[in-house]
This record gives sequence, structure tokens and C-alpha cells, in this order.
Amino acid sequence: MKYVLLAVTALVTLAAAVLLGPADVPLGDIVASPIVWQLRLPRAVLAFLVGGALGVSGVGLQALVRNPLADPFLLGLSGGAGLGAVAAIALNLPGPWALPLAAFVGAVGAMALVYRLGLIGGAELDPRVLLLAGVAVGAFAAAVTTALVSLAEATELRNAFLWLWGGFSGASWTTVLVFVVYAPLPLVVLAAAARPLDLLALGEEPARYLGADVRTLKRLVYLAASLLTAAAVAVAGVIGFVGLIVPHLCRLVWGRLHRTLFPTAFLAGGILLAAADTLARTVVAPRELPVGIVTALLGVPVFAFLLRRWTVS
Amino acid sequence: MDRELILAVSGITCRYPGARRDILLDVSLEVRAGEFHAVLGPNGSGKTTLVRAALGLVQPIKGQANILGRPASAWGRRDLARVVGVLPQREDNLFPQRVRETVLLGRYPHLSLFGGVRVADRAAVERALVACDAADLADRWLWTLSGGEYQRVRLARALAQEPKLLVLDEPTTSLDLRHDMELFELVRGLVDAHGLGAILITHHVNLAARFADRVLLLAGGRAAAGGAPAQVLTREVVERVFAWPVAITRFDGRPQMTPLRKKEDHP
Repeated sequence: MKYVLLAVTALVTLAAAVLLGPADVPLGDIVASPIVWQLRLPRAVLAFLVGGALGVSGVGLQALVRNPLADPFLLGLSGGAGLGAVAAIALNLPGPWALPLAAFVGAVGAMALVYRLGLIGGAELDPRVLLLAGVAVGAFAAAVTTALVSLAEATELRNAFLWLWGGFSGASWTTVLVFVVYAPLPLVVLAAAARPLDLLALGEEPARYLGADVRTLKRLVYLAASLLTAAAVAVAGVIGFVGLIVPHLCRLVWGRLHRTLFPTAFLAGGILLAAADTLARTVVAPRELPVGIVTALLGVPVFAFLLRRWTVS
Repeated sequence: MDRELILAVSGITCRYPGARRDILLDVSLEVRAGEFHAVLGPNGSGKTTLVRAALGLVQPIKGQANILGRPASAWGRRDLARVVGVLPQREDNLFPQRVRETVLLGRYPHLSLFGGVRVADRAAVERALVACDAADLADRWLWTLSGGEYQRVRLARALAQEPKLLVLDEPTTSLDLRHDMELFELVRGLVDAHGLGAILITHHVNLAARFADRVLLLAGGRAAAGGAPAQVLTREVVERVFAWPVAITRFDGRPQMTPLRKKEDHP
């Protein structure tokens, strides 16, 4: 029943995303309208896919660092993406794909660095070491980013800054295709890790005694979840709170088993981000808010509520 | 010698990286099907490390551990989890969970990567719950259980793995008398009824003496004594290992230890 409700909500959200917008498209013309086919539909689909990816990534990373208040961007990814994006602007890299690619490279670079630091001295991706490494790499990236900002042109930086806050105004069927080709591999890796991640919640030693190969598990989950987040950054900027709140809400409704959490977090994340994007482009139409601002405005109160629940229990 | 040899630890020595002394020194242990072994010893005597080394979580620097004739380090974790079920001393419960779900985690080594839970798995879970006298707890939340109930549920989870050997690391710490006794009775019953091997790490010298077939006494990482309770638990050995004067009496043919007051009781 709850699953049916989730699936129906997903369809309703996508339908609303297609129907609503500054340009008035009569219901009868929906099927033929180029506004719908070339703008709204790919945009809604992309927002849904990115939201789903962030939800799944959040579930994976929370299980990995064994902290339900972790966010996919916690481990230095947003800092790396920001550095990449600003570097692309500062260096005047040409072409429409320069910014997303540079952000992707920055995020993956930060991921690789945090990963390497997480293995130092046999730490084996110890959550505490990972979190500290994430903070350190994020701070370093922020410092370099600010150094670049102090050297670059102001107007272009505004673009980079707004781009980082997330948005789908550049969405096209090409971006959807890129994402659809890229995302399945990390998604399948995470799906395969669902059961052993249930064991990891007990602790590493109990998980190993119950049959999980914890070393490999942690590496695969870290890489898959981070690569998924990096792809989300590349096509849509840094969109916070989806990967933090969606796993938590799904856990409240569906329990803690990852075989249910991954698919429900994908759908719920998709719904949340498609809805947030519809808001972002309609509330101040014809202008647009960065979607990351909408998710933060919605997400922070929910986060405060969850934090309270968490500390009280 | 007709019983199957499940675990053979011979002369293992372990040292944690950076430590100055060996945590285990030349310790041996053989567990066969249908045998209940108790491992006793003061805190820090290497009891938990012995289990870790025996089951391949810690690489010994000398000696070797074989499970069903194969070196522990050569086993994959999944395969090993079908042979040995462990109740570690500590584990976390980050998220609320029901008892039946918890026991189902024990089926992990039997499930395929993307396959679902089969009828046989559900049946194994119910059998394990019944065997551990926990069937009426199945729908409860884990956090509503008492300490004794919780340990029975964890034992059921280990049984759901359908192992040949059970290892329990101080399962009765902080339990009261009745729950202590129930757990020892339960393990003894499983060993006798199903022909399992069992290793139980405990601080209960007297319960170990009454329930176990063999006792291994560890002190400072060395085996102070090993064998049948009556041979191992002599006054000299127990006083030396636990550094406290004791009297040894007999009950039901088994040695029982009474710690002495320092002044009044000492002969």
C-alpha cells in the first residue's frame, strides 16, 4: 500500500512538473507541445533521476559511516565540485560541457583524496577518519576556490556560484541520456551491497562473523555512492539535503533494511527533487531560483526535526 | 576420536601492531562436534583475541588455526559463516529492528546476491527461534527485550546460520542468576541435541566447571591449564591465574570455587 502510494506520488509529481510552468500550454496541446517535449519533460525526468541518485547515495553513505545524519556531500565532494566549477570559469574553459565536466573532475578528485586518506595507516575507511578527511579536503578546496575567486571576473563568478547552488535549466534529453548511461553501474553495485550493509549496522566485527567481506564492501559502497553524487553534481550542481533527509524519512516509513531503502529512497528522492524543481521555476517566474535553495529551505526545518528526534531517542 | 574435528588451533602467537608484548603466546585448542568448551581468564588475558585468531580476523604471527582442516585465513567470510556462528561481545543497534528481522540476518551467508529470502530460510529462522526459546519474542522490537532475552535472540541469529560451531564471547555479562543459568542450559542443550561444538568465553568459573566438557584457562596470553574441569580447576592453578586465594570444593562431581576473604578465611 505504501509502495503504491509512493509510485502514484511519483507519477503525479512528474505530471505536475510537465503541466506547470510560466508558459501556458493548453491541456489538449500537451502531447504536441515542443515546450513540453524539449523543455519540461527532460527537465522533470532529469530532476527525478538526480533526486533518486542522491537519495540512494545518501542511504549508502549513511550506512558506510554508520551515522544516520550523514549527507552525500559531507565527505568533501561539494568542495571539490566547487573548486572544479570555479577553475573552469577562471581558466575560461570553452564549451557548454566545460563547467559540468570540471565540477565532476573536482568532485571525483576530492573523493579520491578522501578515499586515500581514509586508508592511511590501515584505517580501512574508518568512519571517523573518513569524516575528518572529508572536512580537511573540503576546507582545502574552499581555500583554493577563494584564491581563484579573488583573481577572476565578477560576473562570471556569479554564474559559477549560481550554477553550484543547483538547477536544471540546462536540462536536455542529452543530459538525461548521459545520466541514464552512467548511473546504472553504481546503482547496481549499491543494490548488491544491500544485505551486507544491513549487517554492517551491527558493527564491523559482527558483520564479518555473519559473513560480510567488510573491507571490500566499504570500498565499493564508498566509490559507488560518491561517483553517483559526483554525476549528480555534474548535471545539476550541489543540491543539499535530498541525500540527507530522504534516507531518514524512508527509514521511518519502511524500516532499516537496505533492500527496501534503496528503491524507496530512489523514488522518494526523485519525487522531492522533481517537486522542488517545479517550485524553483514557478514561484518567482519568469525568473528561477537555484533548486538547491529550495531543497535547503524545505530541508533545514525537516533536518532540525530529525535532529531533535535523534538526540531525544 | 570418532567425532568430527571442527576447530584446531595449534600454538598460535598474536601481537597487535605497535604492541610491546604478545597478546597470545603459544595457545592451542581443539574443538570437536558435541563438545562444550569454556574459556576462562582474567580481563586482558587474550580470550577474545583467541577467537579472532581462530576465525581469521587476526593474523597470528606464529602457529596456525584450521577450521574443518582448512586454514582460517583461506576461508571466505561467507563460507566460514556457514560453519561458525559467533556472538561477539559488543555490537551496535543503530536502527530499531524487530526480533525476527534480527534472526533473519543470520541467513545472510546462505542467500544469493540478488535472490530473495526463501521458504527454507524462513523455516530456519523459526527453528532457531524455537530452539532458543525465543519464538514468543519474534514480533517484539529489539530494544524492548531484557538482557537475557536479547542474548537468546542473538543466539538464535547464530543458530540460523546453521553452523557446526557456536562461539559466545561473554554472553552472560550483566545478566542475573536466572538468565545466566538459562543461557548455559541452552548452550549445553544445543550441544547435546544437535551435536554442535561450542566455545563459551566467560568469567563464571563455577558455571563453566558445571556445564563445560573442557576448560581452557588463559593468563597473560598463555594457556595456564586446559582439560576437564576437575583437572584444570585446582586451587593452585586458580589462585595463580586470578591472583586471589580460593577454596575448591565439589558439587555433583564438579569442582566449585569459593573466593576467600583476605584475612578471616585464609588457612
